[in-house]
Amino acid sequence: MKSVWYFVGILLTVIGAILTVNGVYQAFSPPVHKPRLSELHAGIWWGAVILVAGILFLVTNRNKTVD
Amino acid sequence: MTAIQLEFVDWIIIGIYFAFIIGLGFYLQRFTKTEEDFFIAGRKNSSWVAGIAFLSANLGALELLGMTGNTFKYGMYVAHFYWIGAVPAMLFLGIYMMPFYYSSRIDTIPGYLKLRFDEKTRVLNGFAFAIMTLLVSGINLYAMALVLHTFVGWNWDVSIWISAATVALYVTMSGLLSAIFTEIIQFFLIWFGLFLVSILGLIEIGGIDQLFARTPESFATLWSTSADPSLNGMEVTWAGIVLGLGFVLSFGYWTTDFLVVQRAFSAKDLRSARMTPIVAAFFKMVLPFIVIVAGLIALSLASDPASGFQLITENGQTNYDSALPLLIARYYPTGLVGLGVTALLAGFMAGQAGNVSAFNTVFTYDIYRSVINRNASDAHLLWVGRVTTIVGVLLSIVTAYWAKSFPSIMDYMQAIFSWVNAPLFATMLLGMFVVWITPNGAFWGLVAGMGSSFLMFLAVKFHWIESSILTMSERSSEMAANFWRAWWAWLICFVVTIVISLVTKKKPKEELVGLVKGLTASDDGGETVAFTQRPEFYAIIAFIIFLVLNIYFW
Repeated sequence: MKSVWYFVGILLTVIGAILTVNGVYQAFSPPVHKPRLSELHAGIWWGAVILVAGILFLVTNRNKTVD
Repeated sequence: MTAIQLEFVDWIIIGIYFAFIIGLGFYLQRFTKTEEDFFIAGRKNSSWVAGIAFLSANLGALELLGMTGNTFKYGMYVAHFYWIGAVPAMLFLGIYMMPFYYSSRIDTIPGYLKLRFDEKTRVLNGFAFAIMTLLVSGINLYAMALVLHTFVGWNWDVSIWISAATVALYVTMSGLLSAIFTEIIQFFLIWFGLFLVSILGLIEIGGIDQLFARTPESFATLWSTSADPSLNGMEVTWAGIVLGLGFVLSFGYWTTDFLVVQRAFSAKDLRSARMTPIVAAFFKMVLPFIVIVAGLIALSLASDPASGFQLITENGQTNYDSALPLLIARYYPTGLVGLGVTALLAGFMAGQAGNVSAFNTVFTYDIYRSVINRNASDAHLLWVGRVTTIVGVLLSIVTAYWAKSFPSIMDYMQAIFSWVNAPLFATMLLGMFVVWITPNGAFWGLVAGMGSSFLMFLAVKFHWIESSILTMSERSSEMAANFWRAWWAWLICFVVTIVISLVTKKKPKEELVGLVKGLTASDDGGETVAFTQRPEFYAIIAFIIFLVLNIYFW
């Protein structure tokens, strides 16, 4: 059985990638209703943090199994 | 107009989460072959997995919303729920109680009561726990639907049925294993989904120093205003916090509530089981950086008219639970909103899965196998566990609709814990550390403790007595009354158990080996392990951090 950390990695990688791409898109095509501090582009850097965390979980646990 | 508007990309993230946990349930079903796999996750988890699941089983969205709202209402005193109201009890469980639980190879907490005392004490606690778990599960479901309806505009019935069906599907397939997997995933979603609220809030306000500068003094300290209840937001004295919350409610919940302790039973060996609550204690101590900071940010913004931030009011009543959703709506762009809502959904569903998996285990082992069918085979118990999961979810839905028609039962949540857990802690404490406590003493002590707690609740609710009789203070909040009621229920159970034990028949000592301190040999190989590898070492570090936090925010 694959370790739970591997599945955490999959989910975080997928969500992080979506958030980062979406954040970049919004930076070039801003929405009409902007949230407070939208100039910080939290979607890009927070999405990137999640993406990196997800990749780390994936890489470090890709071959680990639990008996 | 709802607080949170969802766009296409938000729905994508929510959809991915649902598909992911259902897929996980199907994957894990292949590894759930025996009843031990289903009920105790095969006893093969590391202390990290069991520890995060131990914490996450308690970390429902209701708690996140409620505690953020409570911080707005009561101030920093809410941090007591995360520090004195959790950490000492977790460390005590890991250091002193877990060896008795784990070494006796019990499957449930009522199972320990059977070994230490007798069958009737086990069945009494089994029924009380099963009813409590279903009530809490249903009220959680109701709260989830209410939150999603109020803040996201979702249909009430659809919210209840889709989330309940999802939980039923993956817990039926792989029991505690899938519950633990989703709890760990929920833990990361909550941190990544909600911690950003605190970061962005602090950036807007100008940092942590500015935040405390803008917070009223009575809301910004932990202990310095606890001598007089009129000086702090929670209207409670230090004695109420220490005895009611820090001792009885905290120890009653964290050391005897099977919902959380079941995660430690899933650990692969005794050391991992002992480390489970200690690992959880470290993570528990940092949770205030989400909920307390967010609550103070909401308070600070609401007190500044120029911020344009106000909590939702309905019929003249402030909805404190709206603090966190409103902050998400204030700061989060599209996409992150979907992640924030997914974090709340994951918290609700993992909380319900935790309740259902604890319910199916206690029902199967302590009611079905103990009372209904003593000769059931392993395969039959596995089948009963799966059926019980579905029945448990259906009963939760019934409770949720009941809660909808009587919204005041939401108020009973804290009360329910003091009915069941507070007296049980007295029984466990005496049972584990005093050899001469008898089965009849334990049984009647539990009956007296649970009965008196329920009576005190009714007496205050219907004004038969003034709550000041319980709290020993002219001024007290409902929260303070909960603390004190738990203390009195514990004390009554404690005294009755001792008095009856003095005059009733004791169990032979040879039947108590491994169950009571003094009759148990150390069996964790601790003598051969370096001190820095022992659970005690990590417990000391956790306790030092706990002390530093309390002194720093004194």
